[in-house]
Amino acid sequence: MRLPEQLNERIDRSRPVRFFFAGRVVEGFEGDTIGSALFASGQRVFSRSFKYHRRRGLLCCSGGCPNCMMRVDGVPNVRVCTEPVREGAHVHAQNVLGSLEHDLLAAVDHFGGPFTPVGFYYRTMIRPRSLWPLYERFLRNVAGLGRLDKHAGRTRRFDTEHRRTEVLVIGGGRSGREAARSAAAAGRQVVLVDERGAPADGAFEVLAPARAIGIYEGGLVPVDAGNVLYRFRAERIVVATGALEQPLLFPGNDLVGVHLPGAVRRLVDEWSIKPGERAVIVSADERGLAVADKLERAGTSVVERIDLRSAPPRQLAARGSRGRLRSVVVDGREIECDLLVMSGGRQPAYSLLAQAGARVEYDAERGIFVPSDLPSNVEAVGSAAGEQEPAAVPAATFEGAEGAGRCFVCVCEDVTEKDVKRAIAEGFDSIELGKRYTTVTMGPCQGRLCHVPSIRLFARENETDEKAIGTTTARPPWAPVSLGLLAGRGHEPTKRTSIHHRHEEAGATMMWTGFWRRAHSYEHAANEALNVHRGVGVIDVSTLGKLLVQGPDAARFLELLYPNRFGDMKVGRIRYGVLGTDAGRIMDDGTIARLGEDQYYVTTTSTGADTVIEWFEWWNAVWGLDVETVNLTGALAAVNVAGPRSRELLGRLAQIDTSNEGISYLDAKETYVAGVPCLILRIGFVGELGYELHFASPYGEYLWDALLEYGADLGIRPFGLEPQRILRLEKMHILVGQDTDSESNVLEAGMPWIAKLDKEDFVGKWALEHVQERGFREQLVGFEMTDGVVPAEGGQIVLGGRPAGRVTSSRLSPQLGRAIGMAWVRPELAHEGAEIDIKVNGGFARACVRLKPFFDPEGERLRS
Amino acid sequence: MSFLLNCPNCGPRDVNEFACAGEVTSRPKALPDLRGLTDYVYFRRNVAGVQREWWYHRFGCEIWFLAERDTRTNEVLKTELPQASAGTSSAG
Repeated sequence: MRLPEQLNERIDRSRPVRFFFAGRVVEGFEGDTIGSALFASGQRVFSRSFKYHRRRGLLCCSGGCPNCMMRVDGVPNVRVCTEPVREGAHVHAQNVLGSLEHDLLAAVDHFGGPFTPVGFYYRTMIRPRSLWPLYERFLRNVAGLGRLDKHAGRTRRFDTEHRRTEVLVIGGGRSGREAARSAAAAGRQVVLVDERGAPADGAFEVLAPARAIGIYEGGLVPVDAGNVLYRFRAERIVVATGALEQPLLFPGNDLVGVHLPGAVRRLVDEWSIKPGERAVIVSADERGLAVADKLERAGTSVVERIDLRSAPPRQLAARGSRGRLRSVVVDGREIECDLLVMSGGRQPAYSLLAQAGARVEYDAERGIFVPSDLPSNVEAVGSAAGEQEPAAVPAATFEGAEGAGRCFVCVCEDVTEKDVKRAIAEGFDSIELGKRYTTVTMGPCQGRLCHVPSIRLFARENETDEKAIGTTTARPPWAPVSLGLLAGRGHEPTKRTSIHHRHEEAGATMMWTGFWRRAHSYEHAANEALNVHRGVGVIDVSTLGKLLVQGPDAARFLELLYPNRFGDMKVGRIRYGVLGTDAGRIMDDGTIARLGEDQYYVTTTSTGADTVIEWFEWWNAVWGLDVETVNLTGALAAVNVAGPRSRELLGRLAQIDTSNEGISYLDAKETYVAGVPCLILRIGFVGELGYELHFASPYGEYLWDALLEYGADLGIRPFGLEPQRILRLEKMHILVGQDTDSESNVLEAGMPWIAKLDKEDFVGKWALEHVQERGFREQLVGFEMTDGVVPAEGGQIVLGGRPAGRVTSSRLSPQLGRAIGMAWVRPELAHEGAEIDIKVNGGFARACVRLKPFFDPEGERLRS
Repeated sequence: MSFLLNCPNCGPRDVNEFACAGEVTSRPKALPDLRGLTDYVYFRRNVAGVQREWWYHRFGCEIWFLAERDTRTNEVLKTELPQASAGTSSAG
């Protein structure tokens, strides 16, 4: 099938390449595409069409039309006409049930016609309603093109790269290269993007094969380079996308053997293939007619040339059998042929320009749409700007002939002339509506082949001209792009503490809290909780947000941010603080330790750290106080050593007096623990005597190990997040976000002592004053189940058959042997001993309201 | 949104690096009545035109700054660091 060696052919005949197609081995040469190698091996049918499953061949052979899309090595919808051959590649036809030659779904083409007009799934298949699930299953099976490889996400990796350049040239044709060269000569930094694989050039950078998929706001040009998506920002964008060969609309125009001139030119010139035996050429421009010379040289006899400029026929139709072209009928004359080259002239590829904001207007004289009014940073050169040879304006459609098939406006979506006419008759007479209804221009070719012909058809049917019809809005993507490329690399950020590996070694069950990985529990949550009550436990709390607030205005700054007072705190003391917004809402909580006159150490919740830091920085920007905040969250590790025997353990390791007098409840002291410089905060989130150690995170594992080693005889055991949640619930310590929501404020959450409403100002003061004035609507309380059943978190509280609150936390306390929890209830229920009913498993369970902590209500153990 | 924003610290950067905290509002000087409080906390002018707004360079230098942006075109006319004396503030 190959011609003898040609002068400028692209193939290297000394380097054969073999790949698999439909169970056979196909041999091509280096320089071939999969499509050209298949064509050379005799393959003419490359796909089955979207809806009617008609045979389709290499219509454009330049990566524009949908006719050659196949699955290559698991990747669906690869245009094989531009995909270079690869040794050992596995190539499969898609959208067929059976084979390309015997596709069972082709029945739609024979019988489906009257039943499957445009939008048939909205109409024909809608009744009876009860059958819709059946229809839907069928439709979903046959709809779409290609099948996704479910494991592809693991086998391919996509990256995104941000790039800048002075000049970005899109298109590597003659005009594009000229523009790139002259810009480079003027000393500009130039990148040229070409989808065909333009050769490198010394003067500027060439990215090829790569496709610009759009021009977005701010001049952003994403470029698809296979596995990398370049996000280009250029000072100047030069669009040199050339012009697109337009098909003609006549019955049988989709038969295998009907080609655009470019397809024939490439087959002969680049791959030395004889495209057929007997050819007919119908062309609106010189370029199309010039293909005749190439065909003659390839040994194809050109039996008829029809020049639409001088003698346009009225009738033009193609007849075929088994989907292949057999003859062309021109004004009553039947000409046998197996190759029909059609050209409706060339249309500037203006889409990218239109996306950038250019106006597109119809030039009636030349019969093309031309871009104008370009934005100042965008330039069009060559054919894309409308510089091209004159051509005839072809008829919207040609008269048909007996035995000729359908006349296709859009080969991607199988939309026929009849479909468009019908849509217009139904009232979809504007091109934008018609486009959406018929889906013409919405297929894989993105309107390259069907946009202008459909406008011509709309103009004729509406008895107006193309100018009045106008174009549809051009939107990205201009070229097909894989979703994987848009998604980029799978980013699942994970934060691990510096002690993380110790938890894994200890066999902890890990869980997500925000981006953090934390130990849920090590073996048995209840036992870990009990061990804290009876001996000593240690938990990794490095995930806490840690901020240093420093400067002459530090106290004032914190007093403005928090409802609490901090100016009166002694150096070395700690206070619990709740952060609120001006809406009065609780946004975070934590402890504030005064380390010096002008220095405070603030901790936040684990998941709220980033928000709080931004919040601090923002108010600091607003107020402009003389204060700096430093985020130490990652720099410092923290562990909480808790339990009645924690003092004994710390006494062995710390360089300070650990007696109750040496460091009492809510004291902060800087010292050495096991030789590591530490800030010790004596606080009690878990309700037992406890010390939170904050220290440089690189010492994490070392200090963890030291605590476990020196506490071994005291029965020390690590405990996870779940036992901590049990322990804090026994103390009714709230978890922001668990027990509070976007409506919660400190007053109704039962912490009125936090809000110092006599302060002149603080964020949220006015809202809290308003809450006090209007009275409480609900209150956060504790509850204890009478029968031991643990209600679900979020469970409803009912009073007299009406909702009266909701459960926010609930656990079985191993220490107390009771089911306990916290809940928001109506104020009249917020008193000690009030009886409430909680919905549990469809029935109700009785509970009693508790206002004081379930465990150690007076805090004696904390202070001991 | 794919425009560039000029960080006063880092220069022009992709908008994806930033967080927008909405229009600049004015925090009442003294205790507002309920309507005044509600307006301040919940209501925004939402102009179709040039708007002064807060931006945070979240994936960059982590600085807060002010920008004047045309909400219709996303054209950023100006960015600047807040003045210490500004006295204007925003709601959360």
